[in-house]
Amino acid sequence: MTFRKTAILAAATSVMAMSAAYADTVKMAFIDPLSGPMGPSGEAAYTSFILAAEHINANGGVNGNEIEVTGYDNKINPKESLVQLQKAIDDGARYIFQGNGSSVAAALIEAVNKHNARNPGEEVIFFNYAAVTPAFTNELCSFWHFRFDAHADMKMAAITDWIAKRDDIKSVYLIGQDYVFGQAVASAAEEQLKEKRPDIEIVGNELHPLAKVKDFTPYIQKIISSGADAVITGNWGADMQLLMKAAAENGSDVPYLTFYGGSKGAVSSLGEGGVGLLYQVTEGITNLDADDEQYALIEEYKERFPDYDYYYHRAFNAMEMFVKAAEEAGSVDPIPVAKAMEGLTIDHAYGQATMRAEDHQMQQPLFISTVSDDVKYGVDNIELGWALVEGGTIDMASAEQPTTCEMERPE
Amino acid sequence: METLVFGLLNGVSYGLLLFMLSSGLTLIFSMMGVLNFAHASFYMLGAYFAFTLSGISSFWIALFIAPVLVGLVGAVVERYGLRKVHANGHVAELLFTFGLAYLIEEVVKIVYGKTAVDYKIPDLLNFAAFQVYGASFPAYRLFIIVIAVGMLIGLWYLLKRTRAGLIIQAALTHPHMVGHLGHNVPLIFMMVFGIGCALAGLAGVMAGNIFVTDPAMAVQMGPIVFVVVVVGGIGSLEGAFVASLVIGLLQNLAVGINASFADIFGFIGLSELSEVGRISISSLAPVLPFLLLVLILIFRPQGLMGEKEL
Repeated sequence: MTFRKTAILAAATSVMAMSAAYADTVKMAFIDPLSGPMGPSGEAAYTSFILAAEHINANGGVNGNEIEVTGYDNKINPKESLVQLQKAIDDGARYIFQGNGSSVAAALIEAVNKHNARNPGEEVIFFNYAAVTPAFTNELCSFWHFRFDAHADMKMAAITDWIAKRDDIKSVYLIGQDYVFGQAVASAAEEQLKEKRPDIEIVGNELHPLAKVKDFTPYIQKIISSGADAVITGNWGADMQLLMKAAAENGSDVPYLTFYGGSKGAVSSLGEGGVGLLYQVTEGITNLDADDEQYALIEEYKERFPDYDYYYHRAFNAMEMFVKAAEEAGSVDPIPVAKAMEGLTIDHAYGQATMRAEDHQMQQPLFISTVSDDVKYGVDNIELGWALVEGGTIDMASAEQPTTCEMERPE
Repeated sequence: METLVFGLLNGVSYGLLLFMLSSGLTLIFSMMGVLNFAHASFYMLGAYFAFTLSGISSFWIALFIAPVLVGLVGAVVERYGLRKVHANGHVAELLFTFGLAYLIEEVVKIVYGKTAVDYKIPDLLNFAAFQVYGASFPAYRLFIIVIAVGMLIGLWYLLKRTRAGLIIQAALTHPHMVGHLGHNVPLIFMMVFGIGCALAGLAGVMAGNIFVTDPAMAVQMGPIVFVVVVVGGIGSLEGAFVASLVIGLLQNLAVGINASFADIFGFIGLSELSEVGRISISSLAPVLPFLLLVLILIFRPQGLMGEKEL
């Protein structure tokens, strides 16, 4: 009897302690693939957001409110995403995270715009952490959309600058996923190479179905027989990993310049053969010099989620920026937060990042890194990891690209 | 030239894998008279069993044990599921296999998780077998060809040269007659179903590590296997063999072709800038098997070597 009383008392006090600590809950929805071939990409980001939210809550939350991130599996299907979006809104989420697949992001931007026009006072904000089709912060830009990852033209500029310095590269092969993002990558590569190195011949421009190809061998053999000196690809998730698997099996030994070489499994598929061959452009890598707090975060992430590696640094940036904006606005409501976020700058582990007000495109330094066996943190549970290449830091100003956005803002 | 050589090599290894899968399906069809929708699910089970077994022992043990396990699962399904459902006719059987496919997929998701597992090629075979035109051909793919040819010879010998094969063939076409002669026809059917599933399992063991071992692999492989069986002629092993190779080669060679529609039909004035002219042959590769299926059904409904009309 006494035991039961104590138990009830304990439960009651813990509930009271909870309600005393947090004024309310800020619900955030994470809509991305959590199953299927692209599941690991979604899962790695979801776990990053969860950890970021836990840290914020442990520090007293945002304006005294607790953050709750809930995952919604969209199977990278735009139609399914809209169903999940509606579900998330019905569950009370006012902030949406999504990143895997520009086809999905395009559908979400349109849906969020419509929802906000029809439901004044119940606006939702779309935080895009990885869908990098340039159009989203150019002709399709929206006040309700914020992008925390550098877009395809920005990353491609970093890659083409690197190629421009390499005189031994005379021909380039482009391979990508056949949807809006892959097409954007291919056209950015063609345009920028023509401008920076008109002598380079583009010996192949291949688009393959998204998340459908299980065996890239025929594609790799086409690359090998084309005699290309380098390959540029925007592939991500399983498409990145399987491309590298086929490259390793078939002995393709040219540099692969990628946006998402950090996708789970790509490095381990190549093994030692990946050293100096696989390159990526990101907003940060674990092996950059950082403070102890960042190292502790990287190690905590690995300990909590041993299947994945600390890769989505921008997830932590996005959360940090949200908290700062909410504090500045003195509110957790979407419109004040969105307005406070415009032009906001944060200091993160690898430099500064500013949310450009004109188009809601995060401006941040970018880093070109390659696979190395001499690193502090490996990936895919092997010794190899990402190391900065010489001169691989692109500062915020150099990474910046112009925008054509003409944004309409609410009153 | 390089493209042709590579296309042939990869096409043959992929085609033989397809045959491993479809031979079981076509055998089961001749027996039951309906397509087994769950066939690709047994392929998936093979890959997952091999993943587990190679984790606790080695790939070589998995190579033998996993197909046997899948075969046993198949035999149990036939004995305690299909045989009971059979009394209610073909539609019931079809629905049963349809439901079974979903059931297996969900069970796999619960046991192994929704994302892919890391099923690797054994280190012993993880090297380049030979070099052609600067690209290397992986030894594992050569191994697939060897195993598949071995299986092909074994199956042919069993069916055409042994007494057991004679009885199986007779039981497939004239079950009542064979039953009257004193053979245990239900047992034969259970064995055929089990062997068919084991072959699919073997294909899973071989293919799971060069492709991806995830819960979607059955759904993705399923349609292609049906195409093979229908194009080859339902119930015909020889037809399935020819169709597997044709489809394997077709898909691999098409990816290697750089031409677009405009290059081919330019002479009738198709512009490279038009929507149709821009389509490249390589992007059509995934559609080609289904195009073949449609053409076969129109012009030769019984399939390449089939005897029955659909």
